[in-house]
Amino acid sequence: MHVDALIAPLLNGSAQGALLLLAALGLSLTFGQMGVINMAHGEFLMLGAFAAYLVQQVITASDLSIPVALPVAFVVAGLFGLLLEVTIIQWMYRRPLDTLLVTVGVSLILQQAALQIFPSQGVPVEKPGWLDGQLTVLGYDWPLRQLFTILLATVCVAALSAWLKHTSFGRRIRATVHNRDLAETSGISTRTVDRLTFFTGSGLAGVAGVAASLIGGTNSQMGAQYIIPAFLVVAAGGIGQLKGTIIAAWAVGVALSYFAYWTTGSLAQVLAFILVIVFLQLRPQGLFTVRTRSLA
Amino acid sequence: MSTTSKRLRTLTAMGAIGTTVALVLAGCGARAGDEAAGSATSAAPSCVDTSGPTVKLGFLNSLTGGMAISEKTVSNVLHMAADEINAGGGILGKKIAYVQEDGATDWPTFAEKTEKLLTQDCVAAIFGGWTSSSRKAVKPVVEKHNGLFFYPVQYEGLESSPNIYYTGATTNQQIIPAMDFLASRGVKKLFLAGSDYVFPRTANAIIKLYAAKLGIEIVGEEYVPLDKDDWTSQVAKIVAAKPDFIFNTINGSSNVGFVKAYYDAGLTAATTPIISVSIAEEEAPAMGHEVTGHYASWNYFQSLKTETNPKFIESWKAYPNSSGVTSDPMEAAYISLYLYKALVEAAGSFDVDAVNAAAKKNTITFDAPEGKVTLDGDNHHISKPGHIGQINANNQFDIAWASDKFIEPDPYLEGYDWFPADIRKQLTDAAG
Repeated sequence: MHVDALIAPLLNGSAQGALLLLAALGLSLTFGQMGVINMAHGEFLMLGAFAAYLVQQVITASDLSIPVALPVAFVVAGLFGLLLEVTIIQWMYRRPLDTLLVTVGVSLILQQAALQIFPSQGVPVEKPGWLDGQLTVLGYDWPLRQLFTILLATVCVAALSAWLKHTSFGRRIRATVHNRDLAETSGISTRTVDRLTFFTGSGLAGVAGVAASLIGGTNSQMGAQYIIPAFLVVAAGGIGQLKGTIIAAWAVGVALSYFAYWTTGSLAQVLAFILVIVFLQLRPQGLFTVRTRSLA
Repeated sequence: MSTTSKRLRTLTAMGAIGTTVALVLAGCGARAGDEAAGSATSAAPSCVDTSGPTVKLGFLNSLTGGMAISEKTVSNVLHMAADEINAGGGILGKKIAYVQEDGATDWPTFAEKTEKLLTQDCVAAIFGGWTSSSRKAVKPVVEKHNGLFFYPVQYEGLESSPNIYYTGATTNQQIIPAMDFLASRGVKKLFLAGSDYVFPRTANAIIKLYAAKLGIEIVGEEYVPLDKDDWTSQVAKIVAAKPDFIFNTINGSSNVGFVKAYYDAGLTAATTPIISVSIAEEEAPAMGHEVTGHYASWNYFQSLKTETNPKFIESWKAYPNSSGVTSDPMEAAYISLYLYKALVEAAGSFDVDAVNAAAKKNTITFDAPEGKVTLDGDNHHISKPGHIGQINANNQFDIAWASDKFIEPDPYLEGYDWFPADIRKQLTDAAG
């Protein structure tokens, strides 16, 4: 076996894990911190990808359009998330099962709306020219796009944890999660906290959508393939644990990639998720326990 | 007070959702045909009533769910063909009144809707389906009620039902021409990449047998589930295997991921081209420039210079909700309605047995955009020309190869000595 047969799955798996992490990061806020099971999270990811396409219609130079698309996708998906929170989810905070059903409905509506608005086969999102090419790592020509996904995930994680840790708003979020009643008594507007948390979580899905649009197709169905793995990653990492989500996403990505290299793409999906399920059987609370309720 | 206003707000919110749902549903369910005529509710198979001025036909396509990305176009082109036929006086002087049903990308739904179309709407024939799974769900129902189903997509062959007409290619009209093209290009090492379901698995079984005969070595075979877009890990294996050409039986959005991962790994059409059997004019634009230069095997391309093609393209471009480009599956769907018209007019009746008897004479032809196709009354498939196109920068196909004549359909590959009888039986049984 060549060295590249060992290194390729590790590198590609890390990138796959990074995309999974981007998709799961928003969920770790909305599901992990707020306890909302938002099944439309995959469609917020789709909105981010379509936002990238629309940005490319305005800024045709793809070298520039993708960096512009990232914040645009964040805001677009975030605003849709905010809309969902204000119109529906705020009435259901103590009814997780109802939230699940309603957001499945919302995801179907968003999928069908995308199908009606955009060409049914999907739209092209052009990769920036500076992502063409490969980086040779121990004899394996690693696509630069993979490295970009990892960097993007790293930046998002760093920004999110810094925001939660060092800003007054982050402290308010953590206070609300820790003890909602006490936070309210201390003068924190928990409604504002809820809304901004939901906006941020959904916005992160939009950023994941831009990354996904460079890897696969941008179409009405794209969100569906990320939602279940993303929930599994959040659950396996330990609900409310950013650190756990990061490790779980990376582990699932690398496992998927090695299994795909040794067996087939189909079998890899089965094996990787059997591992997650077995792990959750052994450790239902996930990688890290919620005992301290700290975030990073 | 606060409770009232809260309830009011809840109601407003729910009203807004309700309206959205209603709007979306209206968008999906539009264009239902004439429901009033022929309202017989009997479950008897022969409730078709053509005594009035119209004939009812059923269109069964997934307008929602994952397959809607492909099947919406088929539904639209069926509507266009029906409008054309009606403008020309209808079938046997009767205007087509169609009932559009949504298969919703759900195979039991296809079976249920077929049952409904045959026994409640009493349609004379049903047109649609895309995936083999949908066709296999429809098959027992049309056979039970002795109905008719016209299926418009290339598929894995090894099937022939007296109640189904197949207007897309069977394997010897798409896969085998593609292999002949590869042999003509001197390909020695081939890699197989496919989605994980019946069509790619069967197609690859056939490809491997024919490759052995042609002296082409298969250097790898990879499958990824239909709903997964990321091909990076598998493409790394392709890079390591160093093939001359890739045979691509991937379907749907996963194809976009494959083409992107392929390009990103530094593999190009100039050095290692891909030949695909599911990338057409409709799919190519979503893949961007990464797909330029690769090949596809189809019977019809928009770029074909035939007598009837310009009019077909023009009508489609002018048709409401049209995608603006024509492609093989939609052309096959267009053929299916005209083929039915020709069959009924040859039979002088809408009766299923009379239609099948008319087919048996092997004289049914249609001047299709791909050329003049002839129906084989025994296996219910049609003759087709084989074409290989190379994708250009406008996402159109430059014809790179054409079969020297129309290829007669041979769904069971009985005319090919390299296809052993035991494997035929094994694959046929496996396909159910």
